[in-house]
Amino acid sequence: MAERRVTVESEVGLHARPAALFVEAASKAAGTVTVAKGDGTPVPAKSILAVMGLDVRNGDEIVINVDGDDAEAVLDRLAEIANAG
Amino acid sequence: MVDKLSGVGVSSGVGYGPALRLTRDVPAPPADDRHGGDAEAEYRRAAAAMEDTAQDLTARGERAGGQAQEVLAAQALMARDPALADDIRKRVGEGASAARAVSEAMAVYRQMLAGAGDYLAARVADLDDVRDRIVARLLGVPVPGIPESAEPYVLVAADLAPADTAVLDPDLVVAFITREGGPTSHTAILARSLGLPAVVACADADTITDGTPLLVDGATGRVLRDPDPDTVATARATADARAAAAAGTSGPGRTADGHPVPLLANIGGPADLPAALANGAEGVGLYRTEFLFLDRADAPTHEEQVAAYREVLAAFPGGKVVVRTLDSGADKPLAFLPPPAPEPNPALGERGLRMMRRFPATLEAQLTALAEAAAGTEADLQVMAPMVTDVEDVEWFAAAAGKAGIENAGIMIEVPAAALRARHLAESADFFSIGTNDLTQYTCAADREIGGLGRFQDPWQPGVLELVAATATAAEAAGRPCGVCGEAAADPVLACVLTGLGVTSLSMGAAALPLVRAALARSTREQCRQAAAAALAARGTDEAKRLARERLDGLADLGL
Repeated sequence: MAERRVTVESEVGLHARPAALFVEAASKAAGTVTVAKGDGTPVPAKSILAVMGLDVRNGDEIVINVDGDDAEAVLDRLAEIANAG
Repeated sequence: MVDKLSGVGVSSGVGYGPALRLTRDVPAPPADDRHGGDAEAEYRRAAAAMEDTAQDLTARGERAGGQAQEVLAAQALMARDPALADDIRKRVGEGASAARAVSEAMAVYRQMLAGAGDYLAARVADLDDVRDRIVARLLGVPVPGIPESAEPYVLVAADLAPADTAVLDPDLVVAFITREGGPTSHTAILARSLGLPAVVACADADTITDGTPLLVDGATGRVLRDPDPDTVATARATADARAAAAAGTSGPGRTADGHPVPLLANIGGPADLPAALANGAEGVGLYRTEFLFLDRADAPTHEEQVAAYREVLAAFPGGKVVVRTLDSGADKPLAFLPPPAPEPNPALGERGLRMMRRFPATLEAQLTALAEAAAGTEADLQVMAPMVTDVEDVEWFAAAAGKAGIENAGIMIEVPAAALRARHLAESADFFSIGTNDLTQYTCAADREIGGLGRFQDPWQPGVLELVAATATAAEAAGRPCGVCGEAAADPVLACVLTGLGVTSLSMGAAALPLVRAALARSTREQCRQAAAAALAARGTDEAKRLARERLDGLADLGL
């Protein structure tokens, strides 16, 4: 299990296109992926509805948790999406 | 069941094909809707409906491209959401039918999104659309939205919204019929821009069932249900004759006895130039400049504006190009020109020139860019302000234009107060251009966006014609040109009436130019005047149309 804290630099937060890209990338991971806003309750990162429901905005901190062998690569990709756009 | 339906023809041409309805409402599954007992099979049904919906949304996105594709791709992800699927499986396991489980599971997320910020609240509509699509598949009712069809069809709807038409394939639609709407409705404007026949305000549209063959005449507003082959052939021949007659009339716009009525194009940007030139536009009567300003965080640069304006001016050497200054407001908000306060009624709010008076630097920058763009071209640049109300507005705009070096500055007549006092406004305005869409909206106090008010959104309303007449008369007395740049100019019969009222040029969507040119060429100026007098004397729109048409004999061979 690998964890990473990321401050979201995407201008629109985890909404719109970044949210869709985030969920698509998480869905490619073999194991469980969760995301939480700050120290809030983690939600499944493969669920667009759950991710949108977090209402993550520009400047918010998120905590991503990934299970499985490819965890670090998945974290890199998710952090990249949260910071782009 | 009647075989003849009638409405208002708003885009000429004849279309024949099977009807397909645009559906919006999907019945809600009853609260106690339960499956027969095989939970696993019932869940498989739900999962299949979700996957089919996701694939359909993805395919629609690929066809639409651009921003619509992003929205549709996000909706496809909602339909495939694993957390949603788990919730649905649980509810089906407890006995709920697939449709009921989908409906209930999505209601949970709906509540969560609706309670969050503004952005997420707007996504609720996307979520509802996904739910309706899945539930419709499970209930075996039509999936909402533009119908899927491999064959050309007549699209029948209550009304069309811009969102519906974003994914419309114009090659598959042969005609439009809507129950609501008027000549200025979104459907009418879309149909004319695509060159497809359309009948709006067709009261019996709801009685049309999917698959019924329909013959639609967009010039007369008549719709025939299940016509025999001879009738279809005759209608097509009339439409072809009309098109041939229209194509056979060329050159600048003029009446049968040679009175010139310049025919100009309404454009939204350089992309509309090829169609304008192909249809013989003598210039541009309305260049909407909003496209340069919308969907961006900052105002366009000076260089960007000069380039966009020069491209249009260069296309009409020696011709007239009338540019409308930025028309923004609460209904077309711009990030860098925030409306000062929420407006419950944006049509009556700070829009057009009113907004520019609040942000004079934006207007000054646009006028300066226009003056510079005109400097290197041979076009006759004219600049006009939208949403002008009184003399103070005109004087303010004329001063701003003069300061920027614009030689020919006029105003749009859209507000009834401006039309009634046109004689005073003419003192400071170099020309008038009547925006009949807004003038109709304000004269009849009927919001253009409200489908149920179609009867009032008709420029044939004698009250509107009266204001056009007052404006044209005042302009003539002051020696000022007075054009019309609203949808009214695109109606060939009304174009003759406007000419008879004293309007000096007509500007319209490019597709309407050939038929209007042909209609004018078949009517003398005196016939136009008599048609105008008859329409003004009429008690209502139908009578105005009938009386005017009776005085324009020459239109018979155009099938009008």
